[in-house]
Amino acid sequence: MTQTMTAAEVVKAARSDQKVTGPELINGLVTDFFELHGDRLGSDDPAIIGGIGRFHGQPLTVIATNRGATPEEKMATHFGCPSPGGYRKARRLMEQAAHFHRPVLCLVNTPGAYPGQTAEENGQGAAIAQNLLTLSQLPVPVLTVIFGEGGSGGALALAGGDEVWMLAHSTYSILSPEGFASILWKDSRKADQAAELMQLTPTALKQAGMIEGIIPEPRDHQKVIAAIDKVIAPRLQALQQLTVPALLAKRQQRYRKF
Amino acid sequence: MKLYEKANTLSERVVKVDPQADERVPEGIYRRCPRCQTVFAAAQMDQYQTCPQCEYGFRLAAAARLAWLVDTAEPFDQDLQTKDPLAFPGYPTKVAQAQARTGLNDAVWTGQATIADTTFYLAIMDPTFIMGSLGTITGEKLTRLIERATAQRQPVVIYTASGGARMQEGIHSLMQMQKVAGALAQHHAAGLLSIVVLTDPTTGGVTASFAMEADLTLAEPRSLVGFAGRRVIEQTTHEQIAHDLQQAENVLRHGFIDQIVPRAEQRTVLVQLLKMGGRQDDANNDSC
Repeated sequence: MTQTMTAAEVVKAARSDQKVTGPELINGLVTDFFELHGDRLGSDDPAIIGGIGRFHGQPLTVIATNRGATPEEKMATHFGCPSPGGYRKARRLMEQAAHFHRPVLCLVNTPGAYPGQTAEENGQGAAIAQNLLTLSQLPVPVLTVIFGEGGSGGALALAGGDEVWMLAHSTYSILSPEGFASILWKDSRKADQAAELMQLTPTALKQAGMIEGIIPEPRDHQKVIAAIDKVIAPRLQALQQLTVPALLAKRQQRYRKF
Repeated sequence: MKLYEKANTLSERVVKVDPQADERVPEGIYRRCPRCQTVFAAAQMDQYQTCPQCEYGFRLAAAARLAWLVDTAEPFDQDLQTKDPLAFPGYPTKVAQAQARTGLNDAVWTGQATIADTTFYLAIMDPTFIMGSLGTITGEKLTRLIERATAQRQPVVIYTASGGARMQEGIHSLMQMQKVAGALAQHHAAGLLSIVVLTDPTTGGVTASFAMEADLTLAEPRSLVGFAGRRVIEQTTHEQIAHDLQQAENVLRHGFIDQIVPRAEQRTVLVQLLKMGGRQDDANNDSC
């Protein structure tokens, strides 16, 4: 039961190997999925999987983070930390979705954007920044589900849209609790204490008005997929009823209040 | 073992140390450049506070930068008060101290400014205010400035200097990235010009939002510009990274900065860009 979990326990559950994965969610939520690779600027980051598919019969663009299943995949995806090319692939697919008037569904579970020399050289900051600009003006509905870790700017780059929902055992934060404790108290062992303070659990975030709601997370992955579907299907439908100016005004307002 | 006795060492026998010597040398008579390591007399430093050897610009409080950058400055939103959304221990005190030291309400100065006869909206982040971190009020002041600029059809110039997100405000700080981005996107969509000047240091959540979203991106010589911290990169990759990886000159070589502009040239360059960089059919009036 979520209500009885401490923030540190939620952090642990969000990082669990037993969690539903990005590819599982895509296959469970979307039919006729067709993956689209590459950022068209020289790279294809496996930490971001994107493509088109049908959601309740209707075409939609889906973008998911991928932590990899095998050791090789985990290395290639940097354990789910996207590189600039991943964010640029996501941005390309968002713009394509806008061009063809289909909504965008983002599925996020990432410790954060990858911190590496090549990532810096290729403009990790700029890649995320451009996604934020694109998201704020994208003329189609964008809905995000955080299904594990929502790590900082690396998660925000896929969560700056109309609505953000979270699975019960997930987190969304400015930094890992370990990093937070290390910066503020010079002691990463105080991570559990940091977690309590950071308002990173779905319950705390809902209370602070940061997210639209919490999706229950049973152990069985098929049930998790069904629970997500049940929540997002009516939400996507409702967002699609809005005119573009109304949608964008509502989105602007969502962030303006923070 | 007389050889190892302290009284028998060279320093004890020969060198006469004057324990008061340090106290007679006034503070701050010499400066060391953190980039090229040159030590020079502080008196050699010009009004721009740049290293005489390598042109690195020392970190400046917003008020110090404002003093040489503009001819007139009218501040906005000085009354907004920083909140403490996480009830973070010691945070209100830290803010109060930074406010007393800088004369600002948060980590950015915003207002309307002129250089010669050119008017624009200006933001200057203050690296001496909790490392120039992006708090809620930092983001709110920037957003209001950009919104005003959009409504008044004015260009915006933003000087960035930031350690990134404001840890003590947690997720509330993260949301500022998207809030400011939203305002900049509207400013851009209205066909108006934005210029960012990256100064030392520009990192983290600020690099990943408005620092990298302007139409024109300038930087000060040898300033640190990056996303992840050096220590984080080295701990993650277990590799030592190049010393100049996050230096503005290297970031320019990789295509993310238009030009490096020393402080002494910034007034001239800003006027030139403000006059010719935007739409010529929209001279601060009519249209739309």
